[in-house]
Amino acid sequence: MSTYDTNGGRHGHDGSDGSHGHAVEVSQTPTGRHAVRLTDDPLADPGRPPHEPRRTDVSARARQRAERQVAAMFGLSTLAAIGFVVAFVAIDKDAFVSLPLFGEIGAQNLAFGLCLGLSLLLIGTGVIHWSRKLMTSPEIVEQRHSMRSPDPDREYVAAAVKEGSGESIVGRRPFLIGGSLVGALGAATVAPLITLRDLGPLPEDKLRHTAWAEQHQIVFEHSNLPIRAADVPIGAMITAKPKDVEDLNELAKAVILILRLEPDQVQNARQLELGYEGIFAFSKICTHVGCPIGLYERETHHLLCPCHQSTFDVLDGAKVIFGPAARSLPQLRITVDDAGYLVAEGDFDQPVGPSFWERG
Amino acid sequence: MKSLSARRRHPLALAALLLIALTSTGGLYAVFSGGQPAQAASSQSLAIQEGRELYLNSCSSCHGMNAEGTTDGPTLVGVGAAAVDFQVATGRMPATIEARQIPQTTRRFTQAEIDQLAAYIASLGPGPAVPPAAEYDPAGGDLAQGGDLFRTNCASCHNFAGAGGALSRGKYAATLSGVDPKYIYEAMLTGPQSMPVFSDTTLTPQEKRSVIAFVTHITQEGNPGGQGLGRVGPVSEGIVVWIVGIGALVGAAVWIGAKAT
Repeated sequence: MSTYDTNGGRHGHDGSDGSHGHAVEVSQTPTGRHAVRLTDDPLADPGRPPHEPRRTDVSARARQRAERQVAAMFGLSTLAAIGFVVAFVAIDKDAFVSLPLFGEIGAQNLAFGLCLGLSLLLIGTGVIHWSRKLMTSPEIVEQRHSMRSPDPDREYVAAAVKEGSGESIVGRRPFLIGGSLVGALGAATVAPLITLRDLGPLPEDKLRHTAWAEQHQIVFEHSNLPIRAADVPIGAMITAKPKDVEDLNELAKAVILILRLEPDQVQNARQLELGYEGIFAFSKICTHVGCPIGLYERETHHLLCPCHQSTFDVLDGAKVIFGPAARSLPQLRITVDDAGYLVAEGDFDQPVGPSFWERG
Repeated sequence: MKSLSARRRHPLALAALLLIALTSTGGLYAVFSGGQPAQAASSQSLAIQEGRELYLNSCSSCHGMNAEGTTDGPTLVGVGAAAVDFQVATGRMPATIEARQIPQTTRRFTQAEIDQLAAYIASLGPGPAVPPAAEYDPAGGDLAQGGDLFRTNCASCHNFAGAGGALSRGKYAATLSGVDPKYIYEAMLTGPQSMPVFSDTTLTPQEKRSVIAFVTHITQEGNPGGQGLGRVGPVSEGIVVWIVGIGALVGAAVWIGAKAT
């Protein structure tokens, strides 16, 4: 006789005292198998508890009350559904009601939500109440059927497959047909991939150039009016674009932010060189994933992208000082024309917006 | 008398005492320094003089005796009357705490005193003046144009619905809800604290009116779809769905699974 430790012990060491945890006695039977007898198993199936009748099972009054409750829920649900229709017809869609905690909210949508919500909720609670209080309550055990098919079925299918594959090989060169079929299936699968070409023309070098060119006038994004350098105050932030460019794809690449800073605060020689008397033009497209940057903290001189909080220091060439962006914002070289209006001096010297595969 | 002595340890007692001391010192100084020939002064220069008194009492400790600025506060030369009106009338100035961002508090000066202060600061150097009422009347604005401008220039910080939002390191863009159109205009004009400057040359008065019309409209209209949840977008909506919505589902599941009695 040996002991079997249910706390994770291996099959019995003779003389083990089984002092920790609960032990199972194992004895050798004439067939050679171990017969196991539970002595004190905490995980043993306690069996089903005795069935306790519900109040509605024993009291006719309780049952009738539950029936009335369920019917009332379904009836109220119907009324709420009718209320939904009434709300659609009777309530002005522009009317507002004022509720404590909710403020001014649309009256019709409020009625829609309350009526439809109540209607669906009462159907649900009615059905659950019905099943819990009135439908039969004894617990039922339903055994799951075996996943494995019966042996005669398995043998029949195996024989049919064998027979079919034997019959389908005609002639003496089975691989001629088999091989050509594999080729046909492969070609039919691959051929539709050509339609991916319809996703658009190849980008070519469009990602590397924008609409900006030598002497291209810079205009306000909102009014299309040219920007006079003298009209840009210190601390200003202007969203600007190239004049007479209508194509939205081009504008999406070319949009810039005009900032004016105290020139002696700027520490970056190249930034000063590309700017004009403290006016600097940076690409407005974040180098992370291309959101428009619009969050400018005038006192700290930080430009933030509102999407992922990439932060660029506009006192130091718009270098990234925080966040997921990997590159500085491209800066546009600007100057003024004879009338004192801001113009570009050529395109950006690097692609704007997010990095891409071939950028290098 | 008892109530006064009982309040002597009130947090504001020190401030009140200081205010009394400063006012009386300033007042005595004004009396004994002989004053200016009042009969010759026009009402404008009188306002500047009164404004200077107020300035010396309440502002000079941070902004310097001549508004030249110190390590505690920037120079006020050239900020203009509009900046003074915005900062003092919205209770941001005089600042009572040293913080990354001076919060809006209750106003501590009358409009007449603010006008005097503004006149004094405006006399130090040219700057934007307080706009006349017609300039910031939202009735004169174009809602569609205002919405366009707001989304391009303002929404990054102040949120798409003007609810305000976080900036870096504890700073924030204030909510625009309930802000007087005059102060929206002055804020655009002068760029207080972190805000960029939108001068009349970069955003014309007509465009500013449109922005104000849009802001007034969007912050005053109700929420057609129900509780706005602060109108800050998916964060608060997600929290409500996860806590209230899933909480209700868990409750329903417990009820369905409970044994009927």
